[in-house]
Amino acid sequence: MKSLGSIRRSFAPWADPASKPFISVKNVTKKFGDFTAVDDLSLNIYTREFFALLGASGCGKSTLLRMLAGFEQPTSGEIILDGQSLAGIPPYRRPVNMMFQSYALFPHMTVETNIAFGLKQDGMPKADIAERVGQMLKLVKLEKFAKRKPHQLSGGQRQRVALARSLAKRPKVLLLDEPLGALDKKLREETQFELMDLQQELGLTFVVVTHDQEEAMTMADRIAVMSHGKVVQVATPAEIYEAPNSRFVADFIGDVNIFDGTVFAAENGYLRIETGNGFPIRMASPEKPAIGAKAAAAIRPEKIRVSRQPPAHAPINAVEGEIWDIGYLGDMTVFHVRLKDGRVVKASSLNAVRAVEDPFGYDQQVWISFGEDAGVVLKD
Amino acid sequence: MARVASALFSRLVIIIPYAWLLFFFLIPFFIVFRISLSQTAVAMPPYTPVFDLFGGLSGVMEKAREFSFDNYVWLTEDALYFNAYVSSVIIAGISTILTLMIAYPIAYGMAKAPKSIRPTLLMLVILPFWTSFLIRVYAWIAILKPEGLLNQFLMSINVIDQPLIILNTNWAIYIGIVYSYLPFMVLPIYSSLEKMDHTLTEAALDLGCTPFSAFWRVTFPLSLAGVVAGCLLVFIPAVGEFVIPDLLGGSETLMIGKTLWNEFNANRDWPVSSAVATILLLILVIPIVFFQNAQAKADGEGR
Amino acid sequence: MGNWSRFNIASIVLGFGFLYLPIVLLVIFSFNESKLVTVWAGFSTKWYAQLWHNQALLDAAWVTIRVALISATCATVLGTLAALALVRYTRFRGRMLFSGMVYAPLVMPEVITGLSLLLLFVAIGLDRGFWTITLAHITFTMCFVAVVVQSRLLSFDQSIEEAALDLGATPVRTFFAITLPVIAPAVFSGWVLAFTLSLDDLVISSFTTGPGATTLPMKIYSQVRLGVTPEINAICTILIGIVAIGVVVASIVTKQREAQREKDERAAFAQ
Repeated sequence: MKSLGSIRRSFAPWADPASKPFISVKNVTKKFGDFTAVDDLSLNIYTREFFALLGASGCGKSTLLRMLAGFEQPTSGEIILDGQSLAGIPPYRRPVNMMFQSYALFPHMTVETNIAFGLKQDGMPKADIAERVGQMLKLVKLEKFAKRKPHQLSGGQRQRVALARSLAKRPKVLLLDEPLGALDKKLREETQFELMDLQQELGLTFVVVTHDQEEAMTMADRIAVMSHGKVVQVATPAEIYEAPNSRFVADFIGDVNIFDGTVFAAENGYLRIETGNGFPIRMASPEKPAIGAKAAAAIRPEKIRVSRQPPAHAPINAVEGEIWDIGYLGDMTVFHVRLKDGRVVKASSLNAVRAVEDPFGYDQQVWISFGEDAGVVLKD
Repeated sequence: MARVASALFSRLVIIIPYAWLLFFFLIPFFIVFRISLSQTAVAMPPYTPVFDLFGGLSGVMEKAREFSFDNYVWLTEDALYFNAYVSSVIIAGISTILTLMIAYPIAYGMAKAPKSIRPTLLMLVILPFWTSFLIRVYAWIAILKPEGLLNQFLMSINVIDQPLIILNTNWAIYIGIVYSYLPFMVLPIYSSLEKMDHTLTEAALDLGCTPFSAFWRVTFPLSLAGVVAGCLLVFIPAVGEFVIPDLLGGSETLMIGKTLWNEFNANRDWPVSSAVATILLLILVIPIVFFQNAQAKADGEGR
Repeated sequence: MGNWSRFNIASIVLGFGFLYLPIVLLVIFSFNESKLVTVWAGFSTKWYAQLWHNQALLDAAWVTIRVALISATCATVLGTLAALALVRYTRFRGRMLFSGMVYAPLVMPEVITGLSLLLLFVAIGLDRGFWTITLAHITFTMCFVAVVVQSRLLSFDQSIEEAALDLGATPVRTFFAITLPVIAPAVFSGWVLAFTLSLDDLVISSFTTGPGATTLPMKIYSQVRLGVTPEINAICTILIGIVAIGVVVASIVTKQREAQREKDERAAFAQ
C-alpha cells in the first residue's frame, strides 16, 4: 500500500477557492424551546475530508451531527449535501450513515444480520447482501464472529460491528458520534489510526463529533472548535494549536499561559506588550492594533525555557521567579514558576536525556524566557 | 407514501388508546353522574328520564328539567351513607398504616439481602399477587372463624381458653386488607430502598450517627417516595373495597363499596348507587391526583 | 447493601410466613377427607374428582378463560400503544388527561369502574354478557399493560431505533423490526398480567355481566357466600397451582437466560 502520509500532506481542498464543498451548512440555527443549541452556524466540509467537531458537552456539536443525519430539523438555515438540499428529507432517505456513541447494535440480531440490516432495507438481492456482509466482516476483521450476538462481544468488537454496519451501505458521508468514547485508553489510541487508514482506503468523507481534543488532533484533517452553538475556529490541528484565534480556543486546546497587557509599541510585524511589573513581551503579530489597546500573549508551556541565568534578551520576554511546583511526568517535567507579583507561569521541558538528578529544586530562583515567535497575540 | 404511512402510524399510536380510554373510562363517569340525577323507576333501564338522542335537542332539554339532586339530598339525610363513607376512610387509613408497618421491615430486609437471592425474594413477594384476590380473602375465612385454625392453634397451646371472635369484625377486615395489599406496599418501598446508595448510610455513620439515627435521618427520608406510592396504592382501592368487607366483615361493618354493591344489586336502585359512586369518586380525586403526580414524576426520573 | 442482620432475616421470614401460610393451609385442606374445612380427617382427592362432574363450574371456567384470552390480547395491543404514546410523545394535546386516564384505573375502586361501565353499556344499548365483560376487562387491564411496557420503554436505548432509521428503515418498519422484538419480553409479561387480572376479576365482571355469562370467580363467590367447602378449596388449589407453576417456570427460564447472558459477556471480555 502506498504511504498515506504523502496523500494527506497535499490534501487541502479548503485552501483552494475553486473546489466545491461536499457538505455545506448554511446559517443553521436549532432551537429547543428557549434553548438555542446551534446558533447561526455555517461550515463547509469537502469530499474525502476527515472533519472533527470538537467542543465540551452541550456546545451543540451532537445536535449539528443529528441534523446532518436527519434526526433533527434545523429551525432555520439549510444543509446542502452534494448539491442537494437535505431539508425535509427523513433519516431513512439520506445518503449518510451514522455510527452511534452507544453503538446502537440491535441486541436481538447477530453480527451478520446487524450489518445486513441497512442493505435489506434497500431491497438488495440476498446473494449481494451476503457478499457485502462478507467484505465488511473482513474489513473489520470479525469474520469469526459473524454468528455472535452483540452481548457476546467485547467493547472493541462491538465498536467494529457498529462501524461495519454504518459502512455497509457505502454512504457518501459517515457521521461518527464519539466513536471511541466507550473504549479504554489503549484501545482508543490503536483504533484512532485504524479509523484514519480506513477512511483513506475507502475514500469517504468522515464527520466525527468528539470532546477529546487529542482524538480530534490525531485523526482530523480539520477541526471545528465549537462553543455555545457557534463555531469558534475551523482550521487544521496544527493551526488550532499554534495559532488559536481566541482565548477560548487557546485555553480549550492544550495548556497555555496567557499574559494580559496593553500594546506599547508596534514595529514591522512585532508588537510590544506591557504586562506589568517590568515584564515586557515582544511577540510576532500579523495585525497592528492601536497603541494602548488591550492585548494578550498566549504561550504554550513547552515553548517556555527555565534557566538559572537571565538570557541575553532580558528583561524582554524574560522574567525572574521561584519554582513553586514540579510535576514529573516521565517524558517531560512541568514547572509552575511563581513570579514576584503572584502570577504563576507553566513551563514544561522534554526529558530528552535520562535524568539522574533534577536540574531544578523547589523554591529555587529561576528565569523563564521565550522567543519572539513562541506564541500568538490575542486581541480579546 | 412511506412518509404518509409513518405520520399516520404515529398519530394512531396516540389516537387508538386515547379514544378507547375516553370512551370506556372517562365518558362512563359522566353517565354515572347523569344517572345520579335521575329517578328510580320500575323499568329497564330502571331510571327516568332515559335520554333519547333521537328526540332532538328540545327533547333532551325537556328531560333535563326532570333532573334533580334529590339523590344527593337523600344521601345526606340518611346517616347510613355518611357513616359508611367515614368508616371506609377510617378503615382504609388504619389498614394502610398497618400495612406500612408490616411492609417496611420486609422491604428493608429484602433490600439488605445478599444480591444473589434478591430476585427470588422479589418473585416470592409478587407471586401471591398473581393468585386470585378472591381466593386469598377466602383462605382467611377458615383461619379466622371461631372454630377456625387460628383459634384451634391458640387454644391447643393454651394461650386462650375461649375462641377469639375475629371473623365478621373490623379486625378481620384489617387483616384482609393488609394481607391482600401487602405486595403493593412492599414493592415500591423495596425499589426505592434497593437503588439507594449504601455509602450514604456509611457516610452518616462515619459522621457520628448511630445506626438508628442514620436510619431515621438518612435512609427513611430517602425512601419516602416509595412509602407515599405504596400508601396510595393501598389506601385508594381499600376505600372502595367490596370483597374483603363482604366476606370477612360483619353485618355492622359499614364500607361504602359494599353499600354501593347492595344498593345496586339488592335494591336495584341505580340512581342512588350512581350518586354513591360519584361522591366516592370525589373523595378519592385528591389521593388519585397525588398518585398520578407521583407516577409522572417517577417516569420523569426514569427518562 | 451492608450486612444482613438477624432483624432483617426475621422480618422477611415472618412476612413471607404471613403471605404464604393462608395459601398453604387452603391447599392442605383441599385434600381433606371431611367436609369440614377446619378439621383434618385424612387425605383424599375426592373433591377434585367431584369438580369434574360439576358442569356449571366447568362452563364458568371456560367462559373465564375465553374472556381472559381475548381481553388480555386486546389489552396488550392497546396498552403497548398507550405506553408508546406516553414515553415517545412527550408533547401532544391532552397528554395530561391521557396519562391520568392510564394511571387512574390502577387504583380506581372496582365498584366504581364496574358500575360506570355497566351504565355505559346500558346507555349505548349493548346486550350484556360475554362481550361486555370482555370490553370491561380490556379497559382496566390495558392500563396495567401500559405501565409494565412503559417501564421497559423508559430504559430503552432509543439510539437503536435511530440506527435503524439511519440505515434506511421507515418508522413503521423500525417499530416492527427493532422496537417490538426488543420490548417483547415486557409486552409478554404485560399480556400475562392482563390475563391473570382478567381471570381473577369478580367485581367488574359481576357488574357488566348479563344472562348466560358467569365467570369462575363469580361462581366461586356465590359458593363462598354459602360457606367454606373443600370443593372450593380444590378449585382454588388448581388455580393457584397453574399460576404458581407458570410464574416459577417463567422466572427459572429468565434466570437461566440471564445467567447464560452473563457467562457470554464474561467470555466476550476475557478474549
